[in-house]
Amino acid sequence: MEISLHVNGKTYRLNVDPRKRLIDVLRDDLNLTGTKEGCGEGECGACTVILDGQAVNSCLVLACQARDKEILTVEGLARNGELDSLQKSFIEHGAVQCGFCTPGMLMSAKALLIKNPHPTEQEIKEAVAGNLCRCTGYNKIIAAIKKVAEDS
Amino acid sequence: MSAMFKLVGKPAPRHDAWAKAKGDQLYSDDFTMPGMLYGKALRSKYPAAIIKSIDTSKAKALPGVHAVLTAKDVPMNVEISKFGQMKDVGGGFEGLYKVLADGKVRFKGEAIALVAAETEELAEEACRLIEVDYEVQPGVFDPEEALKPGAYIVSSDEGENESNLIMESHINKGDVEKAFAEADVIVENEYRVPPVDHAYLETEGGVAWVDDNGVITMRVGTQVLEHYRTIAKVMGLPQNKVRNMSVPMGGGFGGKEDITVETFLCLLANATKRPVKMVWSREESLEVHSKRHPEILRYKTAATKDGKITAQKVEIIMDGGGYKLLTGWVQMYSTVNAPGCYNIPNVKVDSYSALTNNTPSSANRGFGCCQANFASELQMDELAAKLGMSPLEIRLKNCLRNGDEICTGFIPQGHIALEEIAKKAWEGLEATGPKPDYVDGKKIGRGLAIGMMSYGRLTFMHDSSRVGLRIELDGSVTLRAGVPDLGGGQASVLCQIVAEELGIPMEKVHPYIMDTHLTPLCGTTTATRQLYMSGNAALVTVKVLKERIIKKAAEMLDAKPEEVQLINEKACLINNPLKSVPFVQVVGALSNDGVELFHEGQFNAPFTDVPNLHDMKGRIWPDFTYSAHAVEVAVDEETGKFEVRKVVLCYDVGKAINKNSCEGQLEGGCVYNQGYVTENMGWENGITKARSFAEYLIPTAVDAPEIETIMVESGGGLGPYGAKGVGEPADNSIAPAIVNAIYDAVGVRLKEMPVTPEKLLKAIQEKNK
Repeated sequence: MEISLHVNGKTYRLNVDPRKRLIDVLRDDLNLTGTKEGCGEGECGACTVILDGQAVNSCLVLACQARDKEILTVEGLARNGELDSLQKSFIEHGAVQCGFCTPGMLMSAKALLIKNPHPTEQEIKEAVAGNLCRCTGYNKIIAAIKKVAEDS
Repeated sequence: MSAMFKLVGKPAPRHDAWAKAKGDQLYSDDFTMPGMLYGKALRSKYPAAIIKSIDTSKAKALPGVHAVLTAKDVPMNVEISKFGQMKDVGGGFEGLYKVLADGKVRFKGEAIALVAAETEELAEEACRLIEVDYEVQPGVFDPEEALKPGAYIVSSDEGENESNLIMESHINKGDVEKAFAEADVIVENEYRVPPVDHAYLETEGGVAWVDDNGVITMRVGTQVLEHYRTIAKVMGLPQNKVRNMSVPMGGGFGGKEDITVETFLCLLANATKRPVKMVWSREESLEVHSKRHPEILRYKTAATKDGKITAQKVEIIMDGGGYKLLTGWVQMYSTVNAPGCYNIPNVKVDSYSALTNNTPSSANRGFGCCQANFASELQMDELAAKLGMSPLEIRLKNCLRNGDEICTGFIPQGHIALEEIAKKAWEGLEATGPKPDYVDGKKIGRGLAIGMMSYGRLTFMHDSSRVGLRIELDGSVTLRAGVPDLGGGQASVLCQIVAEELGIPMEKVHPYIMDTHLTPLCGTTTATRQLYMSGNAALVTVKVLKERIIKKAAEMLDAKPEEVQLINEKACLINNPLKSVPFVQVVGALSNDGVELFHEGQFNAPFTDVPNLHDMKGRIWPDFTYSAHAVEVAVDEETGKFEVRKVVLCYDVGKAINKNSCEGQLEGGCVYNQGYVTENMGWENGITKARSFAEYLIPTAVDAPEIETIMVESGGGLGPYGAKGVGEPADNSIAPAIVNAIYDAVGVRLKEMPVTPEKLLKAIQEKNK
């Protein structure tokens, strides 16, 4: 079926299989491989993108469900070559290790800060509780998000 | 000394952090190639069965299917794996590695056939069309049962088909029986530890193709680049015809230490002459890749009434699962670490490992050490409780100190900081305030555990590493290293060392890593060895170039070489920094003189002979890293649920070369093995019940405790600048500290993990009866 997707500020006209998941269209059709697949059933959060302001698991959304909606992926976080303050903070805090959870983690954090620019530590933890990370022990990730919230 | 460092010791962002934060980093699944096919493995439905026949005709006839392979299509289907670059050591160490099942199926999910097709869906359909005639066997799922005479034999392969015993190993020091006869107190307990999945966020995967010169080439993330040698054997090719242009892993933790998709991909690419991609599903990953060894550990400890341990006797039974893989190596870690990090005059350890029809066991961060540490640290608290001593007191009374020998009689060369770090961790927790009885209706408890774990491989494996450097004419540096980067900053730290020595910014050193045809081989990213081995190799290499640069700079500055230093992209006089020449000019002058601006250097670990497994003596590893975890938990006495509230961890890291990376390892390891206490594969007669992240629950951001990290920098390590390795030791003593803290809270100590709310509640209720 023919659909329009608005991804990172660009509009794409695509002919997609109605059964195709959003993650597959992002990765295979648009070559936005920053969005990762870790489990395929919404348990790990590696595929998190922001859909009309909401953090969603793109493995649980069909591409056609995202038609005409605004999608933000990790590739769209930087503006005019300038990294988003969350990306900078993750780098500075050593919150990135293997990096596989990082895009999804950043998108969950971004969705939180859009809605709630000054979250408590507990709110930060809950916002990324659906994003598994096996490397960092989460402390540096929480600290990185907290710093951005404090500075804004 | 540290004041002299410009970069070492700083929390430098890693070279790859930007690409990862932007989503630009390409992992195994992020490559596609023109004409690429999809590979899929057909896996056994049963944990134990005899394959009577396989009919692939229907699958082969399906349009869009390009290859269907079974064991008979593999040039060398059974290979005795040498695991990287080690020499032949014989015995139970060399694991039989089989590409595709033939004869007996040994575990559920073992690969039986491979398919390459034009789409993933077609490949799956082709797998469904393969008809396998199984004769289901009873199997054996308990390692103690497997070792009994008359047990079901797991393997049908030569050398393994007479007994399920993989290896036995023994330590005998002093006279334990005499010590037990003379003891004031004796404590005896049995401990059981479960399998653990690595649960890296990235499952196993990659792409392979045959290049225009007939070289089988792949992009597969692996902890062991040197597997290209085994793959060449499997393919019947010379080693220089197999190449892995490897990619960074989305986590490894030991789970990408054995071969995963490499042989499957290479066989399919070779059969179809098309690029092939294979990526395992989460379910496949949870079910089939190797797990941490489940173990039964029986302890008998003798002590005087004032708490000095006089004897420790340990029996260990390890479940190796369906294939040996690294069981023999893991067994060395469990066996030698069984007595714990204590100075005990009389020790006896007897360990046995068995094949069973469970998912194979192999490397998992901690590699046999954390099993033994769990048991020995619970045993210490049991002893303390019996003697009325505090957990800290009993440990300080017995822990190893400089000059003490371990149970094999070896005296560690590196600094032993156990006393200091045990105190610092415990006092750090106490400094957070007096322990409340209850918080939010939950009972509070505090616990302590300490530990030691080696860094660097077993010394009888004769380990080495190499790093290559080339100084470019603009003063930048290209570093080439076959260092698999699984996210610990393994490559970045090498750049930091080189930049430090040459007095240039870290950004000026670019790493090209992980290509078997182009990078010097660094050995495996396992055994907490990369900083120790490749860090030293980088140091050896850069020092050769540094000497050439300093010599030339001295000439240019009209000084002696010992008067010149490299700093801020200049060569200058130590006593007169204003007298200087730019680094890039010295490089230009050397080039003009025809002096080599490149070098590849090697570092060798200490080498020993293979120990006598019936009486293990002497050095087994280069050195150890010492750990301490102090933990506060809150237990809900009504439900048995508990949470880890705070952790104060203290390590002697020798020297933290990259502070962020070092802390990151320690915190990450802490939460990784916080999960050891509760994670549950749900094995039942060879069937894995936890087949998704909805069932295999690893700690989330909400579960992770607040961690205070204390790093002691004694400088007493064998790595560059006195550093010790921390990757695996990072997860060593947290799990027993949690279980000991639960005991402090509610007075029950569960000696078997996982600690589920049901088990804990039952134990609390029984105690309160």
